[in-house]
Amino acid sequence: MTRLFVPRDTTACSLGADSVAASLQHAIEQQQLPLEIVRNGSRGMYWLEPLIEIDTGHGRIAFGPVTRDKVGEFITSRFWEHSTEHPLYLGPTEDIPYLKNQQRVTFARVGLINPLSLEDYCAHNGFKGLQAALNMPAQDIVTCITDSGLRGRGGAAFPTGIKWQTVLDTPSDRKYVVCNADEGDSGTFSDRMLMESDPFSLIEGMVIAGLAVGADLGYIYLREEYPLTKQIFEEAIEIARVNGYLGKTVAGSDRQFDLELRLGAGAYICGEETSMLESLEGKRGEVRPKPPLPAVKGLFGKPSVINNVITLASVPTILAHGPAVYQGYGIGNSRGTLPFQLAGNLKHTGLVELAFGGTLRVLLKDFGGGTRSGKPMRAVQVGGPLGAYLPESQWDTPLDYEAFLAIDAMLGHGGVVAFDESVDMCEQARFSLEFCSIESCGKCTPCRIGSVRGTEVIDRIRQAVENEEKRVESIELLEELCDTMIDGSLCAMGGMTPFPVRSALLHFPEDFKSSA
Amino acid sequence: MNKISHRQSELAKHVADIVQELKLEQGALLPILHAVQDELGYVPPESVPFIADSLNLSRAEVHGVIGFYHYFRSSPPGRYTVQICRAESCQSMGSRVMEDHAKELLGIDFHETTADGEVTLLPVYCLGNCACSPSVRVGNEIFSHVDKIRFDTIIDGLGHQAVEVK
Repeated sequence: MTRLFVPRDTTACSLGADSVAASLQHAIEQQQLPLEIVRNGSRGMYWLEPLIEIDTGHGRIAFGPVTRDKVGEFITSRFWEHSTEHPLYLGPTEDIPYLKNQQRVTFARVGLINPLSLEDYCAHNGFKGLQAALNMPAQDIVTCITDSGLRGRGGAAFPTGIKWQTVLDTPSDRKYVVCNADEGDSGTFSDRMLMESDPFSLIEGMVIAGLAVGADLGYIYLREEYPLTKQIFEEAIEIARVNGYLGKTVAGSDRQFDLELRLGAGAYICGEETSMLESLEGKRGEVRPKPPLPAVKGLFGKPSVINNVITLASVPTILAHGPAVYQGYGIGNSRGTLPFQLAGNLKHTGLVELAFGGTLRVLLKDFGGGTRSGKPMRAVQVGGPLGAYLPESQWDTPLDYEAFLAIDAMLGHGGVVAFDESVDMCEQARFSLEFCSIESCGKCTPCRIGSVRGTEVIDRIRQAVENEEKRVESIELLEELCDTMIDGSLCAMGGMTPFPVRSALLHFPEDFKSSA
Repeated sequence: MNKISHRQSELAKHVADIVQELKLEQGALLPILHAVQDELGYVPPESVPFIADSLNLSRAEVHGVIGFYHYFRSSPPGRYTVQICRAESCQSMGSRVMEDHAKELLGIDFHETTADGEVTLLPVYCLGNCACSPSVRVGNEIFSHVDKIRFDTIIDGLGHQAVEVK
């Protein structure tokens, strides 16, 4: 039996992977072909999806994109026998430069394994981190994470070890581990991919976090917009529970830990950690003032570790191989790797995990292959809707948290959205404010009112195209409004919405001179 | 029993079953609202007092939570819920043009339902499908690279399904 890998991942399925798998299965049964289908996750080369792989016994070879309209011919060509001659033949998967030139650490198993096979997971270093952690005192686990230099991958980049230390040091009858899977930033999909393609790594990371800080219950707050992710991840939790990796005796030890998945309900603000806690408690997702820090007084008033999916999924490999290996990647204070997500108007969109230190240009050109539309690239938004728009002069900025902060930008969750020359940056700035007005939780005035006034001011700028004095006056007003939002907002929603607005004003002023 | 009160007692029973099952969970309100909407397609306003009582909350609190989250709705949706992503990645690939086209084709704005009760159109801010923008979601199915033509195909596909169902 030759094993045939057909991805089951939201994007692969949106391109027809499910129906391609069904066609293949039908042919296998009808013609009694010597093939067996495995539904893996995605390799993250989305322009090649549905990407089908054959296990040759000495490595996997890839074909793609095997779309619905091509699958009939694909089967009749007997591709498994005459692989290299097929027009969709891509060669050995691991040799495709897009994949070969990455440093897959957290995403090492993503796309490689059957996401719901514990056997696959264990065969690829799964649960080694947990085994190590079970033999360590809690403080040593926390120290290991601190030494690795891991910082929060959700966007804020707060040192994970310090957060864990605070929770460990805060005495309480109950503590929680909360995973933030409310991946709302446009241009990001790494949380979704990881949860769909390697769910046990997140489960393992959460169990380790529980051991480290003394928590025995974890919640995953997943956004409602990810229905397939929910399905796959809930199955994974159940498999882990049935096989003793969750429950009263974790992996045969005397330690206890269990997990529950909770769904969001379409509110971007719930990706902000305190708003997420309110939501988990069954309330409106309104931001809480800090302090108290959630590490001291978090979910249901108890000390809580709150980390993003990628942060927690990076933990097992750090425990398994020691902090030095992970710390060995990266530059400056940005240690390890970041799974970048290439999105928007790029030819080769997908997931690219790299050590910190490369440049945006490498991502856009070498990996991304330029724009999908073929028109010149003009602006790139990094870090989601609260991240700055970068003009070409800034594309050589090192991919490093501090280097991005120094140019009033942010790496955030690693989303990269490219725009070609047809983009209207005044319209983009307006959208940033409109989005803030739609998604603001309403708790603080600068965000709730400022965003609405901001869209009105931008409309006035556009209407004042014939009246330069009025236009300049409105731009000054917009700048002042940005200051108020930055200085006066309770959280990053209102406090950072000005970043894309300001970057558009600063780098693309010509777009604020013409009416749309 | 007349039809309307029969339907109301049916709804009340569904809600009561759900509340009974979930009310002891910590932070039970969102799971309950999700379960009710999964079952009924919306959260009936007449169920709010019962949910509030069962969780020892005020009606205002429950109402406030339903109103806060874009996903929860207080009236039944059309037979198909079509969500168009309005976020930046989709914008970079022409979603604004597709969005305008969709509204024109269906003759409705966002948050509205076609007169025949078939399609409810909603905005969404990211489906995590940003590698293949613009994205559209119908029910639990996600569609990639949706331009004007592909949007028409998706809507036509719903029509076919509707005929088959009948």
